[in-house]
Amino acid sequence: MTMNANMIKIVMQRQLYSYFATPIAYVFILMFLVLAGVFSFYLGHFYEKGQADLSAFFNFHPWLYLFFMPAIAMGLWAPERQMGTIELLMTLPIGQINAVIGKFLAAWVFAGIALVLTFPMWITVAYLGDPDNGVILAGYVGSWLMAGGFLAIGSCMSVCSKNQIVAFIMTVVVCFIFMVSGVPMVLDSFAWAPQGMIDFIAGLSFLTRFDAIARGVLDLRDISYFLTMIALWLYLTQVVLQRNKAH
Amino acid sequence: MIRVQNLTKRFEQFTAVNNLSFDVAPGEVLGFLGPNGAGKSTTMKMITGFIEPTSGQVSVYDINVNADPMAVQNIMGYLPEGAPAYGEMTVLAFLQFIADVRGLKGPLREERLASVIEQVELASVLNKPIETLSKGFARRVGLAQAIMHDPKVLILDEPTDGLDPNQKHQVRELIKGLAQDKIVIISTHILEEVSAVCSRALIISEGKLLLDGKPDELERQSRHHNAICLQLAQEHESAQQALASIDKIENVEALPDRSFMLFPQDGQMLLPEVVRWLDDKQWEVENIHLEKGRLDDVFRQVTRAKVV
Repeated sequence: MTMNANMIKIVMQRQLYSYFATPIAYVFILMFLVLAGVFSFYLGHFYEKGQADLSAFFNFHPWLYLFFMPAIAMGLWAPERQMGTIELLMTLPIGQINAVIGKFLAAWVFAGIALVLTFPMWITVAYLGDPDNGVILAGYVGSWLMAGGFLAIGSCMSVCSKNQIVAFIMTVVVCFIFMVSGVPMVLDSFAWAPQGMIDFIAGLSFLTRFDAIARGVLDLRDISYFLTMIALWLYLTQVVLQRNKAH
Repeated sequence: MIRVQNLTKRFEQFTAVNNLSFDVAPGEVLGFLGPNGAGKSTTMKMITGFIEPTSGQVSVYDINVNADPMAVQNIMGYLPEGAPAYGEMTVLAFLQFIADVRGLKGPLREERLASVIEQVELASVLNKPIETLSKGFARRVGLAQAIMHDPKVLILDEPTDGLDPNQKHQVRELIKGLAQDKIVIISTHILEEVSAVCSRALIISEGKLLLDGKPDELERQSRHHNAICLQLAQEHESAQQALASIDKIENVEALPDRSFMLFPQDGQMLLPEVVRWLDDKQWEVENIHLEKGRLDDVFRQVTRAKVV
């Protein structure tokens, strides 16, 4: 089966249509923006820090994404299986890989739209001070990459269950595991393991990776980490899809 | 043509389709008949490449479905059971999506969209979300997507399920209108539909092929084939016994309102003899007609025989 950019685009557009067909998408984006603001100003002490950067804003993204991204991804496959439209989708000459990628991209674009709409934060910091725009841009790119990682996990979980709520919860759990795998408390519990394995577990952590990005260090290794995560989880999506589509 | 060879599908312990083989040629409208759970849908899902057979194979115009499902899907239109569609989409947006997937572009795309919308009469609901449509309209949306690219092969799983009699008639006319050079396979458990649209019928039960023939050939196997149904104008004493004494009449069933069903021996044509007999007796007849045979007889006969 080969990738076909045109088919990917058609599937993506259809999925985006479904996202925005109901007011839920707009309510969802609004909630995301409000919470992103609340976290930055109250928990992140954006003003009190007195720094002309958006670290107070970016630092909370992993935690926001932990609940928002599963909600975006849960509807990718579960309803298709629930409603039987998967039989239609899989018997159109689209190709499974194109369907998987197209749907994921729609979710990623949706997350990107929500992220872009946080631009008043950038305006605020630019108005109040003289921030390093490169650092902020790097933060946005990194945050979007991380969102992609969450969504790819969500895509796989969504094809595992016909029930969106189950898919949501499973995604939160798996994303949480990937987030905290780098914190000392978790790593300490692996003290018995060889150093190589501990390094590997620490390296899987979204938090550790994103930490550097939030500070504006867009390392190629971190970028390829998130892209690899996306590719891996989309591959798994396709494997599970092949197994589950007719059940 | 479509060639199905030794097709078998097992789900763990359960065998849904059991060593099924048949060919379908262009121009044929093949009706799949069978009780619920007979394996009709499962067979269709394998022909369309949605699921893979446990063993055996399907080829469509010499393309093996398992080896190259997309090549087959390109020349095939499919209405899955229940006519699933994206409920939140409007009819127009959904059909445009299908047209795009089918690779239709420019004026051809517009022409095909207009054509299917007219063929299945969807113009009045184009801008309504599919989930708000009645069952009849939803089914027609499913048909519209299946015929969007004017496919050589059309697989329709219960295309008239849930439609009212007018809509059923309309869909059957549509199928008949399509058929000339196409392969059409429909599944149904409405037997009149087979006589109405199919050039050939397969009766399957428990995943096995039980009968394969033209609808009128199947009807001929019915005990009602050439049976004579008559209604007498007046009551006659022991009319049933009298009628049963007619030569070569095997059996007479009494029906309400002075009506009787006369079954001939071996499905022979006995109408002239019966009319002569009635003339001799000077029995007045209000109504008399010849039965062609009933598919539901045959259906029950062959599917029950298995179950009992």
